Amino acid sequence: MTLGAFEFPPVSHLFEWPEIFLKDTPFAVNKTVLLMWLTVLIAGGIFIVAGRNFQKIPGKFQSLVESIVNFIDNGIVDEVMGPGNRVWSPYLATLFLFIFLLNIFEIIPPISFPGTSRMAVPLFLALLTWVIFIVVGFAKQGPRYITNSIFPPGVPKPLYVLITPIEFVSVFIVTPFSLAVRLFANLFAGHLLLTAFFLLTASLWAANVSAVALPLPLFMAIFLTGFEILVSFLQAYIFTTLTAVYISNSLHPHH
Amino acid sequence: MLDLQLLAQAATDETLIDAMAKIGGGFAYGLAAIGPGIGIGYVAGQSVQAMARQPEAAGMVRTTMFLGIAFAEALALIGFVVFILIGAL
Repeated sequence: MTLGAFEFPPVSHLFEWPEIFLKDTPFAVNKTVLLMWLTVLIAGGIFIVAGRNFQKIPGKFQSLVESIVNFIDNGIVDEVMGPGNRVWSPYLATLFLFIFLLNIFEIIPPISFPGTSRMAVPLFLALLTWVIFIVVGFAKQGPRYITNSIFPPGVPKPLYVLITPIEFVSVFIVTPFSLAVRLFANLFAGHLLLTAFFLLTASLWAANVSAVALPLPLFMAIFLTGFEILVSFLQAYIFTTLTAVYISNSLHPHH
Repeated sequence: MLDLQLLAQAATDETLIDAMAKIGGGFAYGLAAIGPGIGIGYVAGQSVQAMARQPEAAGMVRTTMFLGIAFAEALALIGFVVFILIGAL
């Protein structure tokens, strides 16, 4: 569709993604897969390079990575799961850095595409969290895990008929779905808005419309870029915190 | 008779059904944004009040505020996803 001498791609391009290597196999590689490989290299590289030549008095790069790990340790693991659960800190730190790097690619110009804006990535991470907290629940509390979660203590007996189905659905069915949709929808909406405003600016420029209207979508796009930095960090933090909350609910049942 | 014919035609008309579905999608997002808007405003207001009463607790209040905002916003975004899905399919 041509509007004002600028070719708009069809909306369906937001939902189709061409495969680059190994087409039509289950291992097809497209832009999202390449982005995930890049993120793994960067995140893994940061931790490996900082851990080499570990010194008591840290240099600049090591103290930067230590501050990231401290943020997860003190801010998330100690607060949510209680002290003594530092065993979960490596998984949560990796999860946080992976999601944050995938999100922040949205505002870096050559790769203006957040990896988490395709549903497969948040869905897989949410399903991983779901499997982990169910397995931990069974390991810690044995077969009584299910009855412990859906019968909260201190409720008068007749109310259990109402509360139990609600608790069951909310703990075992809604949690992975809501985790995945929260991350996916936030990032997808941000990507869509940024695309719309930048395309609007480009089409106004190409159509030589009066220069009075041109800065408006541009300022909106600049403001949205700043907002997307906040959203990227916040969504990674929320996903990690909620994962820690669900795991700690499995570790410490309500008494 | 003519009314019945028009009604029958409208019920099976492809473009009319498509257009109505898209209007429905717009309604979905609009209605879905009301509740979370009120909820997020309430959470932010209460957290400002809490931080004003006891400035030492500001860090903890701010963290919990962000958590509450993300929960409420998830509901609005589910509506947004429905809107996008209806609009593009």
